[in-house]
Amino acid sequence: MLRQASRLISRSVTAASSKSVTARAFSTELPSTIDSTFVESWKKVAPNMDPPRTPSSFMKPRPSTASSIPTKLTVNFVLPYASELSGKEVDMVIIPATTGQMGVLPGHVPTIAELKPGIMSVHEGTDIKKYFVSSGFAFLHANSVADIIAVEAVPLENIDASQVQKGLVEFTQKLASASTDLEKAEAQIGVEVHSAMNAALSG
Amino acid sequence: MASSAAVPFWRAAGMTYITYSNICANLVRNCLKEPFKAEALSREKVHFSISKWADGKPEKPILRSDTPGV
Repeated sequence: MLRQASRLISRSVTAASSKSVTARAFSTELPSTIDSTFVESWKKVAPNMDPPRTPSSFMKPRPSTASSIPTKLTVNFVLPYASELSGKEVDMVIIPATTGQMGVLPGHVPTIAELKPGIMSVHEGTDIKKYFVSSGFAFLHANSVADIIAVEAVPLENIDASQVQKGLVEFTQKLASASTDLEKAEAQIGVEVHSAMNAALSG
Repeated sequence: MASSAAVPFWRAAGMTYITYSNICANLVRNCLKEPFKAEALSREKVHFSISKWADGKPEKPILRSDTPGV
């Protein structure tokens, strides 16, 4: 009897979901549309069993998007060992995405951005705080909340310029003398990170 | 199915994102000024013990106290 269940689920879900998926593409509510045709077919086949719950019924509803753009961006900036900023309301953050420096204002389009080694700056009024981020991700949500996660983020003052120069020279040499793909990749990463730190210190 | 867009160079060389990210983080940590550098390196120290299993029994474990970046 249960062998039929998966066939039943896939048959009626695909039939109904092609409509319901597009209909709820931008919905902020939980689909309270428990597929009634499926539930009826289920009850015919297995009247004593409850219909199975689908993953979406376990999900919490998406936080609603405000109808007007909020004035402040809420930033959560976390590192593996500390929470740098938690729910801080700011005017703008500039994040070093792989596609370039991205300025995030309240009401930004929801985006997931991969970060490259570079400077992240948090603007609050006239106050600008800069961090050098080693890599990570930034999740920008529709309700003007930005979750930025990085593995290492340090204030620029904590970086030692002479070590950056040394590292840059060392990795440029390694890149020239690298033989395997992996060595080349590692040397390339070294060059990129050190050049980014260099640019951050001098820019 | 179209082949995916140009992959990053580290992915093309067989490295995963986590490896890439950890390498970047280690490089940044190595370039910190003194009190911060010592803190960061001590924070990232990893101690672990590995034991290989043979015939359903663990052999003598190897204890490793790696400093990061190794």
